[in-house]
Amino acid sequence: MTSRDDILESIRASLPRVDRPLPHVPMFDEDPPASLLSAFKDSLERMGGIFLDPPASGDVLAPVRVKVASAKVVCSTVPEIAGNRDIATVSATQELADVDFAIVRASFAVAETGSVLLSETDLNINALAYLAQHLIVLLDPADIVVNLHHAYRRPEFRERHYASFHTGPSATADIEGVLIHGAQGVRSLSVLPIARIYQPQPTSPQEKKHD
Amino acid sequence: MRIGLFVPCYIDAFFPQVGIATLELLERFGHEVVYPRDQTCCGQPMANSGFNTDCAATEALFVRNFSGFDYVVGPSGSCVHHVRDNFDAIEQTADVKEVRSRTYELVEFLHDVLKVDAFPWARFPHRVGLHNSCGTLRRLKHATPSELHEPFFSKPMDLLSRVDGIEFVKPARPDECCGFGGTFSVFEEVVSTKMGYDKVGDHARAGAEYIVSADSSCLMHQQGCAERIGVPLKFIHIAEILNGASA
Amino acid sequence: MTNSAEQLPGRAMLHPEMVAAEDNQAMYRDGHRLDHAEGASKPLRSRPEPQPRGAKIHGNRPIDQAEAAARFIASPEHEKMHDERLWDLRQKRDREMHHIPEWEQLRSLASAIKEHTLTHLDEYLDQFEAHARANGIHVHWARDAAEHNRIVHGILSDHSAKSLIKSKSMLTEECGFRHYMASVGIEVIETDLGERIQQLDKEDPSHVVVPAVHKLRTDVAKVFADTIGTDPENSDVHYLAEAQREATRPLILAADAGMTGGNFVVAETGTFVVCTNEGNADLSANVPKLHIASIGIEKIIPRLEHLAVFVRLLSRSALGSPMTQYTSHFRGPRAGGEMHVVLVDNGRSERLGLEEFWTSLKCIRCGACMNTCPVYRRSGGLSYGATYSGPIGLIIDPTFNARKYSNLPFASSLNGSCTNVCPVKINIHEQIYAWRRELVKRHDVPLVKKAAMKAAGELLSRPAAYRAAIASADVALAHLPRFVIYNGLNAWGKHREVPHPPKQTFHSWYKANRGGTQ
Repeated sequence: MTSRDDILESIRASLPRVDRPLPHVPMFDEDPPASLLSAFKDSLERMGGIFLDPPASGDVLAPVRVKVASAKVVCSTVPEIAGNRDIATVSATQELADVDFAIVRASFAVAETGSVLLSETDLNINALAYLAQHLIVLLDPADIVVNLHHAYRRPEFRERHYASFHTGPSATADIEGVLIHGAQGVRSLSVLPIARIYQPQPTSPQEKKHD
Repeated sequence: MRIGLFVPCYIDAFFPQVGIATLELLERFGHEVVYPRDQTCCGQPMANSGFNTDCAATEALFVRNFSGFDYVVGPSGSCVHHVRDNFDAIEQTADVKEVRSRTYELVEFLHDVLKVDAFPWARFPHRVGLHNSCGTLRRLKHATPSELHEPFFSKPMDLLSRVDGIEFVKPARPDECCGFGGTFSVFEEVVSTKMGYDKVGDHARAGAEYIVSADSSCLMHQQGCAERIGVPLKFIHIAEILNGASA
Repeated sequence: MTNSAEQLPGRAMLHPEMVAAEDNQAMYRDGHRLDHAEGASKPLRSRPEPQPRGAKIHGNRPIDQAEAAARFIASPEHEKMHDERLWDLRQKRDREMHHIPEWEQLRSLASAIKEHTLTHLDEYLDQFEAHARANGIHVHWARDAAEHNRIVHGILSDHSAKSLIKSKSMLTEECGFRHYMASVGIEVIETDLGERIQQLDKEDPSHVVVPAVHKLRTDVAKVFADTIGTDPENSDVHYLAEAQREATRPLILAADAGMTGGNFVVAETGTFVVCTNEGNADLSANVPKLHIASIGIEKIIPRLEHLAVFVRLLSRSALGSPMTQYTSHFRGPRAGGEMHVVLVDNGRSERLGLEEFWTSLKCIRCGACMNTCPVYRRSGGLSYGATYSGPIGLIIDPTFNARKYSNLPFASSLNGSCTNVCPVKINIHEQIYAWRRELVKRHDVPLVKKAAMKAAGELLSRPAAYRAAIASADVALAHLPRFVIYNGLNAWGKHREVPHPPKQTFHSWYKANRGGTQ
């Protein structure tokens, strides 16, 4: 008998003989915030993330350029702003170890928690979002859902192999509760609200081969 | 109505004034209060230690003593909790079920059954910290525990706020356990007393002169802790205040 | 620093941060202090309080939690920080709770979803396996810890992997995984900061979410000085965390394989979900080509829509934070990578058959019961001498070894706060109570206690004998605690005063004042 059959048989022998129907889960969206973007911003900032307010000049990307101005290695997966490390030429994850700034676009965001969803389609190489010292995320304000109940109705969770909610930067308080950003992953996470310049094709994710 | 007065063993031995206050208070409302002389204990000490079969005879005695009353009322939350929620070492006959369901803790009896809204004889011009024992708070549901997202209510606070002159202080950890816990108080005596020190310290820092509670066992433990570390607090059962004790 | 600091009265009053560190420049060449200007003539900074260690393990003998807890309390700086730190988490949790109007509804939903899933566990595991396989995940099944360790070792051998980076997993603690891997020559590197501290200190995690919460920064400074070469005099938390990051990063980049646990498993999509704050699980999963996830079979839930309920509750309950910094969903290997899931039973299917205890399998390991537990906060997690500590440990540990953990269900005041904070509504304190009964039934309690309880039961059921025993309050004082509490007044009076005996008992007052009627 295989372990699998053994375990399943043991479970069947033990199943509690009680009736426990599966409950219906409401969407809990009767009272949405007036602005999803400002609710998202508040949540993000509570979680240690940085919201890059669009400057009065109208040059939406200016805050990003300021941030990366003195960085040695910038790796961008978005068409809006160029870096100096082409992700297409990266063949092993380890080659991303010296990236100072990664710039990516989020699939969508959640107002309730201030989370942005990053998947393999957005990152090209998943490790980019963790090996970089700092992460800048572009977010289309139209891509914000109100809460996690809505978030889990999104197609990404059924289509992508990897999808991660980032809610602020890497953080720890494992020593005496002292909050530290950049425990292992990125030291900062900034979100820039900026509409998509093209519509991605969610049904054919542009996965890049690597390794 | 005819009320059986349940005086738990440690109140009988160490806090007779609590039994007396309970008796007199219930009589003030015009009820016939009877103290069955053969009562001993509810069986909780054995049951809480896991020795359920050892409390069968004690539980049977409790049922013999308290059968036939309209209500059984005791000034101790943990004992009443045992009778009502755990008392299952003996066969659950109709008599047993009847006694269990008619057993009330004093505060809930005054609040829910008698619906008392005034204690004109009571005056207590002191700053008090209310200690809701875990038995009354989380089992008998005297009040909203701080862990739950539920509308606030507090039966002991409702009653005490009708006492002239009383003033409440707000400890930082209002419903953390004081560490008595029955046999826990000796099985884990170091942790138990540390919890007690922290509890009396919290009330003292909040400015309390008295700690008031519906459970004398918690008060006995807290008083022992306060005296050991020199925290100048006084301890009083809620029955005494409601019956008009002045200090 | 010299030993004289130890003798200073009020040493414990000095908080380490109140006094500056010693400056080695302020010394004569012979090591004497300079005391010109405002310089003190003797060091005023206290020596760090040594870290109290956990329960003493003697094979299968019952763990003496009370003994280890007493040593923790005897280290006041540790106890105070630990208590306040965890109470702060509890308060942050309360604050989050009050932000969510549907909080209690979410708890009820979470409980109902888990109970439904557990009562159909075989079906949902089957579903998960089929979907995960279809997505390209290799699924393995392990009956117990040994089989889990063998399976993982086998996967690593197949890839000639000699080093493994991993994120925190209570399941691998349960399996003695690091110990096993050391015995087969595979280097395991924990990547969670707290877990890494514990690994380097050769200690188990003391808490399911914050593994090194029982340590002061000075303890960590000592561990890091001994293992990764930090300055032993520097206990600045930022310095320590940064040093660890710098020391671990090369190990992450060089590792042959990565390992994670799994907080949730979704049957309908074949997804498993890993929640961390550091991003270390995502590094472990995404940097090496090989990713192995070890997951307990009880982690499964039916559908994605159910995940929302648990993700909303998990971090709020655990840390009072709306969400973990990283909540990562793995549905299949990445391009060029390989992904394995090991589904582990290790006693869970048997626990499912325990009528009074099966709902403990609802646990999502948030640690809220530990944070709120007044006993846990004052004892330290290592005092339990078991993988799982605190309230949830009291009801899970005896299922692994009823004798060894027979004392644990007594390490509770039964206050019930744990049950109220539990996001999946496990009736923890009632199960603690039920375990006491169970252990008495199985004769896993000390004989002296047994004899005392039997005697108490006999005395309390015989009114005449009882009255004689407590005829006067003085006599009662001698007798009452002895039968109410089996080991007498010694333990009561060690750290608190005994009650003041009144002039008469209530019984004799009643007889004297209301004597006629009954």
